[in-house]
Amino acid sequence: MYSEKVMDHFTNPRNVGEMPDADGVGTEGNPTCGDVMKISIKVKDGRIVDAKFKTFGCGAAIAVSSMVTEMVKGKTLEEALSISKETVANELGGLPPQKMHCSNLGADALKKAIEDYKSKQM
Amino acid sequence: MRKCYFDHAATNPLHPQVFDAMIPFLKEDFGNPMSVYDLGIRAKMAIENARTQVASLINAKPSEIIFTSSGAEANNFALRGIALARQNEGKHIIVSKMEHHSILNSARFLEKMGFAVTYLPVDKYGLIDPDIVKKSITKETTLISIIHASSEVGIIEPIKEIAMVAKEKGIIFHTDAVAAAGNISVDVKELNVDLLSMAAHQFYGPKGAGALYVREGLRIVPLIYGGIQENGRRAGTENVPAIVGMGKAAELAKAELSARMGSVKKLRDRLVDGILKVENVYLTGHPTDRLPGHASFCVEYIEGEAMLLLLAARGIYSASGSACSSKALKASPVLLAMGIPASLAQGSIVFTLGTDNSDDDIKYLLNEFLQVITRLREISPYAKGWGVWRKVDNVFRKSNGPFYKPQECW
Repeated sequence: MYSEKVMDHFTNPRNVGEMPDADGVGTEGNPTCGDVMKISIKVKDGRIVDAKFKTFGCGAAIAVSSMVTEMVKGKTLEEALSISKETVANELGGLPPQKMHCSNLGADALKKAIEDYKSKQM
Repeated sequence: MRKCYFDHAATNPLHPQVFDAMIPFLKEDFGNPMSVYDLGIRAKMAIENARTQVASLINAKPSEIIFTSSGAEANNFALRGIALARQNEGKHIIVSKMEHHSILNSARFLEKMGFAVTYLPVDKYGLIDPDIVKKSITKETTLISIIHASSEVGIIEPIKEIAMVAKEKGIIFHTDAVAAAGNISVDVKELNVDLLSMAAHQFYGPKGAGALYVREGLRIVPLIYGGIQENGRRAGTENVPAIVGMGKAAELAKAELSARMGSVKKLRDRLVDGILKVENVYLTGHPTDRLPGHASFCVEYIEGEAMLLLLAARGIYSASGSACSSKALKASPVLLAMGIPASLAQGSIVFTLGTDNSDDDIKYLLNEFLQVITRLREISPYAKGWGVWRKVDNVFRKSNGPFYKPQECW
């Protein structure tokens, strides 16, 4: 059902954890209806230098969170904002159709984290 | 890697003796039971022998057994066949929220045909109250169908009491005994039921073979029209090898029933004790009124599909009623009907034991399961609690405390 890459990021997720000194935090989803992703980012000179996640959800949700936190590292905020559900799913070697919403959650949690960072800069 | 199969509610491996019994009918004894020459006669005799074996398992007469392709077909047949046969007397049927999709979707089909259907509520154990059944009966009610035992939470319903309620009012009573027959003692005379569904692969028989018990003299409208197989009540050339396998599996189940029940229950109790030592894990279903090999839980703060897949990666096969593990992305309606909050239902995990499991399997499972839970809770943002979510009562330890009402969203 899952690609090898999804299984790899699910069984061996990267960047699991909280970030006490995070510059931006975004949470998306709710546990009643399915998955919840919480993404924390560290920003330096307009670039995301570190990212961590905590996720309540299925294998796909965990793999998506892991992949999103890998993808954003080193990216400018604008580049990070261009990450979409399709780009995450592609990086993972595809997701089953019924799991595409997990990919959506990852991109949305990231956007919220970036918005959170921006709102703190104002 | 060690392989432990704990998903016997999904299906069972074939008993070696069942396999042996089926082989001749996949090879040289391939005749059509309708043929009048010796090849056909041998096939026909094999089917009638299987009918006797299956009837004997549930204390019925051979003539009361109709072979079907599955438990689902037997359930469809019972609901539609009786509702249609009696539609001049009334157009109301009663089922429960614990039923299998083959009952629920048949009921929905009947609703579209103009029937009224009552879906009975259940308590936090998944138990159906015979008094509520009684109160749901109207002048229009012609059929009541209640599941014997749930494959999701293992609960055994008070079928005898509910059948009595139906009898008092002269209403036909069907029970879906697919998860029960062959795994616990099921006696149609003692239960006093009119119809009963069963499936061979639930008791070490082959897939593709099921049966519907129909009490002698009861009129039922066929689901499949065609030739005169099964006395004209179920057309189609018989699946002879599967039927022979079902017969052999029924014979073995009857002979070994108490030994099988004893051994799986012992292992199950050990499994439940071990798993409930983990914090914030709850038993679902009833602590005692449950199938002997059935252990089902909700694990807080993590999700069922993730648990199931990590366990499978360690050679442990299980099931889950979480939304993410279902193709429909909806949490098990059974768990929600029991009042389990949707967030907790997400953490559903089900282990169903069989005769192929050993004490070492349980030890291995307990060890690996703790590691999997710990790992997933490390990843979960809720490891320290749901935050604004209230703590859920532990059904197993506080048998009288109610579950709190599920909230829509947090």
